[in-house]
Amino acid sequence: MKRMTRKATRHVNQNEGLIFEKSSPGKAAWKLPPLDVPEVNTAQLLGSSERKDLGNMPEVSEIEIIRHFTRLSTWNYAIDLGMYPLGSCTMKYNPRVNEVVARLEGIANGHPYQPEKISQGALRIIKTLSECLLEITGMDAITLQPAAGAHGELTGLLMVRAYHQSKGNPRKKVLIPDSAHGTNPATAAMVGYSVENLKSNDRGMVEVGALEAQMNEDVAALMLTNPNTLGVFEQEIHKIAQILHARGGLLYMDGANLNALVGKVRPGDFGVDVMHLNLHKTFSTPHGGGGPGSGPVAVKQALEPFLPKPVVISKPDGTLGFQYERPQSVGRVRSFYGNFGMFVRALAYILANGPDGLRQTTEDAVLNANYIRKGLEGVYDLPYATPSMHEVVFSDKLQAKKGVRTMDIAKRLIDYGFHPYTTAFPLIVPGALMIEPTESESKEEMDLFVEAMKSIAEEVEEDPQTVLGAPHTTRVSRLDETAAARKPVLRWKQA
Amino acid sequence: MRYLPKSPADREAILKAIGARSVDDLFAPIPAEYRLNRDLKIPRQMAESEIVDWFRLRSKENGLEYTSFLGAGAYMHYRPVIIDSLISRGEFLTAYTPYQAEISQGTLQAIFEFQTMICELTGMEVANASMYDGSTAAAEAAMMAVRITGRSSVLIAQSLHPEYREVLATYAYHQGMPLATVGFSDAGRLNLKDLERAITPDTACVLIQSPNFFGSIEDVAAIAELAHKNGALLVVSVAEAVSLGIVEPPRDADIVAMEAQSFGVPVGFGGPYCGVIATREKFVRQMPGRLAGQTTDRNGKRGFVLTLATREQHIRREKATSNICTNQALVALMVNIFMTVYGKVGLKELAKQNLAKTAYAADQFGRHARVLFAGPRFNEFVVRTSEDPYVINSRLLGHKLVGGLPLKKFYPELGNAALWCCTEMTTRTAIDTAVGVLAESEAEEPRGEHAVEEVAR
Repeated sequence: MKRMTRKATRHVNQNEGLIFEKSSPGKAAWKLPPLDVPEVNTAQLLGSSERKDLGNMPEVSEIEIIRHFTRLSTWNYAIDLGMYPLGSCTMKYNPRVNEVVARLEGIANGHPYQPEKISQGALRIIKTLSECLLEITGMDAITLQPAAGAHGELTGLLMVRAYHQSKGNPRKKVLIPDSAHGTNPATAAMVGYSVENLKSNDRGMVEVGALEAQMNEDVAALMLTNPNTLGVFEQEIHKIAQILHARGGLLYMDGANLNALVGKVRPGDFGVDVMHLNLHKTFSTPHGGGGPGSGPVAVKQALEPFLPKPVVISKPDGTLGFQYERPQSVGRVRSFYGNFGMFVRALAYILANGPDGLRQTTEDAVLNANYIRKGLEGVYDLPYATPSMHEVVFSDKLQAKKGVRTMDIAKRLIDYGFHPYTTAFPLIVPGALMIEPTESESKEEMDLFVEAMKSIAEEVEEDPQTVLGAPHTTRVSRLDETAAARKPVLRWKQA
Repeated sequence: MRYLPKSPADREAILKAIGARSVDDLFAPIPAEYRLNRDLKIPRQMAESEIVDWFRLRSKENGLEYTSFLGAGAYMHYRPVIIDSLISRGEFLTAYTPYQAEISQGTLQAIFEFQTMICELTGMEVANASMYDGSTAAAEAAMMAVRITGRSSVLIAQSLHPEYREVLATYAYHQGMPLATVGFSDAGRLNLKDLERAITPDTACVLIQSPNFFGSIEDVAAIAELAHKNGALLVVSVAEAVSLGIVEPPRDADIVAMEAQSFGVPVGFGGPYCGVIATREKFVRQMPGRLAGQTTDRNGKRGFVLTLATREQHIRREKATSNICTNQALVALMVNIFMTVYGKVGLKELAKQNLAKTAYAADQFGRHARVLFAGPRFNEFVVRTSEDPYVINSRLLGHKLVGGLPLKKFYPELGNAALWCCTEMTTRTAIDTAVGVLAESEAEEPRGEHAVEEVAR
């Protein structure tokens, strides 16, 4: 590496094969207690259903398993190592007390069908979190059942459809801005709605005139992310809501970016009828390499009858319980009650913050994004000058002249000790660099990031090949994704 | 706020650098009439010790110290301690979806191993990186069958988990996917004659669970033959993953929709769990969810990437195979570690203990009440009593035992039946105590009014 980075130093890490390559007969990492009931004859009990062989399942010892996964772990980047500025993903600190309380015995081992009388703890957690989320969003009713954001979208749109159906006409289509997450159109299709694209204006916002022209009695809802994926607050939100409501449509808010609003403004106050939240974004539950998430859906009173069942209610005797008699409910979207363990973590986060902490968190997130923006303006092209909230989107326009694209800059950032930003999204910005620092970054870490990004921009001018060939410091580099897709190898096979 | 790494001086310096007078300037784009000018009405900021105390109280109110005979899609198995040691590593816990392969090889290789082990266990050729849970996996598998066959309707076994059926009904409603159910025989297995009558040229798939909701093991080969003869696919839901250690996997199925919670995932009041879809290689492009694949880097070194993304929403948008994005990655890692710990021999021995405990319990219960369904079973069984199981369960609670799940709500036709589950964690003492309580009530004359506590839902 020609340039020195202050953030990271190369160091040795361990090689490690696949677990199957370490397996040999007779090794074991398990031990069962002696059986306190009579042994059984499996052949007699199961007959032809008895399984004889478990194929290539591994046989390894405990220390090998510890080393195996620990070695693998060191090949990952993580929030715990440094800034993870993936725009739209909100990679904030995951507090460890969340993990501790989620593992308390009664919480981790409560069975979903155990009597309500001995489930009051879990029910209280659900109730308390629900109340907090309703106050934060300014909505009237909520379900915690959906397992992730996209699942929340599905639930929300099912409710939109049920609402319209109850009025005699489910309507035909959903309007979705061109800046939206891919899950929005995919979800609309699953609920039987056709998707109509809504163009953004030159400020990166919904073009109110276009919305007015496209809005009619066939439109069930507009799915709007606010702040949108450019990190821009839809300033004409009141007009947007009015246009929809005037024709009987509903305003759906994708709450992926709620972390820009908590404690400062409430979607329920600016006309949102239904929205989902991502507990794994705004409320600090860990991303865990891709999940689990949790995608509660909050609604206004008019949609309350359609919530998935069951819902938690207070009973006359003061205890909490589940209510299943919900004739207008859209039904169930998942077994049991949702990703309960994520509710525990999100609530622990809310309690650790309180009203002042949540507000400060939002302010710091917005402060940080604007600091990055200021630091990189002029170095990278800023396609929309509209004020940024919690994230900022640049483009690779200046660097593209040298043949360097956003993905190349992202890969080079890895050499500087950072996780890349989100590349090539939103789609309305060709060659997008979408940067979301979150509130979890210190000024020092952001200074290092800005320094790294500037240094890469200079490299693009002086020595573009270094950037095009990045990363240079990782175990593997520029894996062949085309080959992976053309002839998929999706599992290990014995040679 | 202790999670925020900035001093007041840092904030001032940043404000100055960006040329703002106050942080409120940054919120100016929000129309003034909507800004919140008060504190949120939520509990005040708590110290870490207070948070732990608050949740300890909730833990105490949540069935702590009870021994449970509940299963029904959520199973209490022992969780080796290294699962939590390993998944607590920040590099797994606090990483995102492994889109940047160069710095995500740990997660990617782990997923590849997970996919491989799921294939080995289910007898399928490919498996995805996870779905939300067993219920949504079953629904997505049915939708996948519709895409593959070009047919529209789905036949569901009535012995499929009732909540899975409810989820399927929700998903199907707007898909133009008619659903019909097929009943069960006296042996607790799918009624093949009913199936034969119900299957039509429009049947995309037959969806069964094995071991089914009653714990009975289905005759998968016979059902597969019937489905295939009629041009339909067979989708098998496996809700109790430990069964795969001793029960022949559904090799004749076209799609397996699994709930892997049994493999090292806390029962946790219902989630997060770990759904998985596994299928045949020829159907992979119709499969929803993320997939890790092996490839090489520019130096020819083995590595792993997320692949076949053209099926997914972030590329295909409204034409995607599913809207799924976030999955259950960290839970899949728990499952992965569990499968690695028990491995080829341990899984079999573990499953055998489940089988033995259940055979013992069913035999003991059978001396005092009627154990329904004679067919082969894994670790659950249905007991019918003369007394209402809710009443029996109320009594059991006094012994710190949670009895079987009363089936009245889901299967009123079974009368006073309850679904009991025994795992390797269930002690003979607990079984004997429960049998004793049940025997006592069965021996007595039916009494009049009982204070029935709401026991299950």
